[in-house]
Amino acid sequence: MRILNIVETAYRATLEEQDDTVLWLSRALQNAGADLTVLLRANAVNYVVGQMCPTLSIGSATIKHPAQPNEDLAKLQAKGARIFVVQEDLDERGIDKQRCLAAASLIGRADVAELLETHDQIWHW
Amino acid sequence: MPDTLTLAIMDAPYEAAASTTALRIIAAALRQGINVNVFAYEGAVSLTMKDQAPHANPVKGTTVEEEDHPTTKDLVAALVELGSSAPSLTWVNCGLCADERGARNWIDGVKRGSPADLLEMAAQATTTLVIPTK
Repeated sequence: MRILNIVETAYRATLEEQDDTVLWLSRALQNAGADLTVLLRANAVNYVVGQMCPTLSIGSATIKHPAQPNEDLAKLQAKGARIFVVQEDLDERGIDKQRCLAAASLIGRADVAELLETHDQIWHW
Repeated sequence: MPDTLTLAIMDAPYEAAASTTALRIIAAALRQGINVNVFAYEGAVSLTMKDQAPHANPVKGTTVEEEDHPTTKDLVAALVELGSSAPSLTWVNCGLCADERGARNWIDGVKRGSPADLLEMAAQATTTLVIPTK
């Protein structure tokens, strides 16, 4: 069974979670044997932009291991997941493709339907 | 007389970046000598649940110690400690919201209250900041 995880919501409680919950779930599913593709759209396209993820202190409590979306995507891909990013969503946010991780494949909105057809289940987060 | 900031927050833990932003604002205000009142409404009452526990991360292969993951109750406890004297932090959980969620076992330093407390805290404050669920 081929699953397409479409990630739309970005940085959702990533500080509290120390992970992006859907990228985390994708890796967990992959570890359990899932055949996964990830499509990043809307604000989640920023996950392919190289970024720093500093620690954060609130009073005496410290979030020492913040989410690392670049690393999560690289590890998903290293285990066989394909990563797609909607080109128009990058363009609308003024993100040049030169700033994106080489591992991610750009896809036009007009081609997304064809990508959906190649998967058995589509999970839109 | 120091300024006082009142915040009304609404998101449940682990749901939105807005909660962390609120906690950062509270910490920054206390550090600048500003008293802070918080009214935790709806899902935000669960930020202070005593039974929250950190966990290992099987995806990353890290132990609970290596993951070293502060829960939201730890973050609020740090703020309660920061605001234990002057400037002060007053944290009020909406009692009815807690009842309907069964979310009543809180860390020390958190009070049960009602919308009347929010009104009183807003009246006391220099300004009130609402951070709602979107």
